[in-house]
Amino acid sequence: MPSSRDVVFVDGVRTPFGRSGPKGLYAETRADDLVVRVIRELMRRNPALPPERVDEVAIAATTQIGDQGLTIGRSAAVLAGLPKSVPGYAIDRMCAGAMTAVTTVAGGIAFGAYDVAIAGGVEHMGRHPMGEGVDPNPRFLSEKLVDPSALVMGMTAENLHDRYPAISKQRADAYAVLSQEKVAKAYADGKIQPDLVPTAIRTAEKGWGLAVEDEAPRPGTTLEGLAGLKTPFRPHGHVTAGNSSGINDGATGCLVAARDVAEELGLTAKMRLVSYAFAGVDPEVMGVGPIPSTERALRLAGLSISDIGLFEINEAFAVQVLAFLEHFGIADDDPRVNPYGGAIAFGHPLASSGVRLMTQLARQFAERPDVRYGITTMCVGMGMGGTVIWENLA
Amino acid sequence: MTNIDTWRALLSERSTDEVVTKALVRDVELPYGAGTMALITLDNGFDHTRPNTFGPHGLFALNGALSEIAARNDLVAVGVTGKPFIFAVGADLKGAASVASREEAHAIGALGHHVFRRLGELGIPSFAFVNGAAMGGGLEIALHCAYRTISSGVPAVALPECFLGLVPGWGGTQLLPRLVGPANAIKLIIENPLSQNRMIKGAQAYELGVADAMFEPADFLEESLRWAARVVKGEVTVERPARDGDDWDKAVADARFLVDMKLRGASPAPYRALDLVALARTASRDEGFAAEDDALADLLMGDELRAGLYAFDLVQRRAKRPAGAPDKALARKVTKVGVVGAGLMASQMALLFARRLEVPVVLTDLDQARLDKGVGYVHAEVDKLLAKGRVSADQANRLKALVTGSLTKDAFADADFVIEAVFEDMAVKKKVFAEVEAVVPAECVLATNTSSLSLTEMGSGLAHPERLVGFHFFNPVAVMPLLEIVRGASTDDATLATAFAVGKALKKSSVLVKDAPAFVVNRLLTRFMGEVIAAVDEGTPLEVAEHALDDLGLPMTPFALVQLVGPAVGLHVAETLHAAFPERFGVSEGMAKLVASGKPGVYAPDFSLDAEAVALFTGGDAPSTAEEVRRRVLEALAEEIRIMLDEGVVAAPQDIDLCMILGAGWPFHLGGVTPLLDRAGFARPRFLPPGVASVPA
Repeated sequence: MPSSRDVVFVDGVRTPFGRSGPKGLYAETRADDLVVRVIRELMRRNPALPPERVDEVAIAATTQIGDQGLTIGRSAAVLAGLPKSVPGYAIDRMCAGAMTAVTTVAGGIAFGAYDVAIAGGVEHMGRHPMGEGVDPNPRFLSEKLVDPSALVMGMTAENLHDRYPAISKQRADAYAVLSQEKVAKAYADGKIQPDLVPTAIRTAEKGWGLAVEDEAPRPGTTLEGLAGLKTPFRPHGHVTAGNSSGINDGATGCLVAARDVAEELGLTAKMRLVSYAFAGVDPEVMGVGPIPSTERALRLAGLSISDIGLFEINEAFAVQVLAFLEHFGIADDDPRVNPYGGAIAFGHPLASSGVRLMTQLARQFAERPDVRYGITTMCVGMGMGGTVIWENLA
Repeated sequence: MTNIDTWRALLSERSTDEVVTKALVRDVELPYGAGTMALITLDNGFDHTRPNTFGPHGLFALNGALSEIAARNDLVAVGVTGKPFIFAVGADLKGAASVASREEAHAIGALGHHVFRRLGELGIPSFAFVNGAAMGGGLEIALHCAYRTISSGVPAVALPECFLGLVPGWGGTQLLPRLVGPANAIKLIIENPLSQNRMIKGAQAYELGVADAMFEPADFLEESLRWAARVVKGEVTVERPARDGDDWDKAVADARFLVDMKLRGASPAPYRALDLVALARTASRDEGFAAEDDALADLLMGDELRAGLYAFDLVQRRAKRPAGAPDKALARKVTKVGVVGAGLMASQMALLFARRLEVPVVLTDLDQARLDKGVGYVHAEVDKLLAKGRVSADQANRLKALVTGSLTKDAFADADFVIEAVFEDMAVKKKVFAEVEAVVPAECVLATNTSSLSLTEMGSGLAHPERLVGFHFFNPVAVMPLLEIVRGASTDDATLATAFAVGKALKKSSVLVKDAPAFVVNRLLTRFMGEVIAAVDEGTPLEVAEHALDDLGLPMTPFALVQLVGPAVGLHVAETLHAAFPERFGVSEGMAKLVASGKPGVYAPDFSLDAEAVALFTGGDAPSTAEEVRRRVLEALAEEIRIMLDEGVVAAPQDIDLCMILGAGWPFHLGGVTPLLDRAGFARPRFLPPGVASVPA
């Protein structure tokens, strides 16, 4: 893709992800405080970056209400103590919010509008349940613009099983078990913790505490255990709480910079942005979105799928990952795919997840200097997919 | 029975209305694999407007939490922090005011020590994470910990005990000097409390050495826990200078000099605190804490502390809900203020109105040069505020634009509140208000800053006397917290409510007083000085009379006050009161001569006595002893206050005390004035029942 300057991923961090709800880690913690914590940690981990050199703070949230409203990129920048001269904005592409924050500031960097930007996302699905305050235009249904199932993500996942009849519930469950196992191993090997920001949490009842690891993973998950779970979206369906990502709270953020500026400042660039693409699909099968977006991103990069050595694909639903793998002829248990596991175990606080994928890919790149290219990709509500292709600079 | 059971038996039945601060314990995995910390959150379940305090039940709760922690062997550290914005602000004062026996008083001290010291004696490192306001016993909790971090956003760190009449006796006098050295400790324990109870901020506390590390509020706890983890792992070590080399004697002697200057022995607390600090140099923890227990018990059973608690309650509560003020809802909106006159007092008022109300303020005067000077004064003061960083450049522009001058009173045509600050002369004031009334809107409040003239007479020529109210500031206007709001015979409720609302917006404490000569503060100070000066006129050596009341610890001696106010003003008020009450208020010949001499007072610029000025008072042949002067003054005050209460000048003795504390700076340990008169036996019958501002009988 045309660009005046190379854009690099410098560093990424996130809060531990919590389970949403009154007993979750962040039950009484504000969403904007999670973002503040992420921004401050990025600045602390990268002391070579003078705060006034941050040219933009782009923060995504799906539900931009209350503590996720007030133009959260700007308000979190102020709360984080960045100089008031640093601007910020809020951005939304539902699940791909943080990914879009990265690609948008990257576009600005490539164009020369910025040198360094912070991009990230947050979703506190406990304080802001999916669909809070939405008001879908009645024309969607009256003119049959979308199928009635399009706005219920679990139903779109069931629809995807229809489109890929070879993907059985059993395959989806097996994939979910594998994801849990990989996350447990990644934790045991200390792959996840370095990029987590310990985050103070408080409840009126329990006082102050500290969130230090993800709350959602269920190590020891078995096929048998998953087999008995309900399929809430269809009688005798495929999609269960066990082979889907959960309802979660969390925030992510990363530093994106022009490669030459990163070098000038002494920031370590971990990945170079090669290309990115977003694509639309039928909203009722939004899970296939990553397929056309990846094809487009590969075409823009002049690469083929066989050039990709590592995949970080968001596991909104197991079936959506499996559809992607099936399309590209990749095995369900291919070790290049989500080596540290995925959202089925970590959780998926909607607009924040895109940067988690990138942060994990960067860490895998560091371990695998032999791998040149990797992708981060995810499906998006209302029928979209997003893909970013990265080059390993380790 | 163990000690704790004894205390529980003794203390847990009383103070049933204690708002209990809970000690919530939660395990925290420290970063860098440092291990598990038990983190205690102090939280009384209310928001920051009701800070954490410690009464017996709160202490028992903390003790329970510490017992649970002590019973575990899987912990590497213990931490204590507060609820949002508040760490803890010390002992439950309401509970302290109800202690009736020395045994109870002693138990409160001993229980506090027993619980707090466990923090430092658990065998694992303890950390206080001071996230918000930390005062008194709250700060002492932190001092008992091995390490402290503090947030740079903490608005208030203080040991206010000496201000109230106590000592920081839950470890403060022993631990702080050894931590930060005697000189720095004395700043917090003695100097700040005796300087209008000054508080310091987090950064200053860190600089003093009270905390070992400081972090920004945005992620204070997270960074504190990281720091604690590094301490636990041995990656960070905190140097603790031995304090034996510090010059303890000098620090204590310097402080004793300061305390003597301010109090002349009048309140025991700062002296006890100094003794305890001196003791901390060599005392063991047990000895030091035991000495603190004794000091607390003595002071808790002393009238000075009870008067201090009473006074504190007056300024904290009664001052915020003035007795007799009408319904707030009746107050009219004030969107523009007029000030008649452009002299110094008028200019000071204009600045205050502009800063606090943020509405246009117009000064009027007949003379352009005076007007320019008045407006110029305000602009210069705004520039000073700007230079000090108290206002931004934009705010300075705003304030300057708000204050203008006018040669005609037409500028008051859209004013809602016009106050006069012209010469203290009835005819002049009546003329001014007649002119003002001719131009202002129908509902405009007319306020007078008179210090002694009759409001009712002043309003007698007005078409609408019901909108005239007295609004008596004290000099300097920006600093002195008291506002006497005077209700005239005709003043209506809406006018009065507006006056109270304006007073509150000006951040003053308002007291409602009746239209009586010189209202409260000036009447009592004039009676007070009148007796002292009369004694001098009668032949008592000026120096004897001048120091006859030193043991009260008043903010200044009588002739120093004359000098501050100016002999001419003092004489004028005395003459006004003499006209009203000739049998009780005399007019001093010596004062008249002093005024005629043009001297600023009896003191030379270097504060030595000016022999020529002193000579103006000689000639009497009936000298009194200091004790006779003292008795005479206190009897006179008791008599005058009784008459004022009988006349209904204020609603209650509490209002007299509030006025003397806030308007004359009379000290907390006197409770203003009526607790002193009760205590010293001059009030017959008492002004306040026993126990209100004294140890319950």
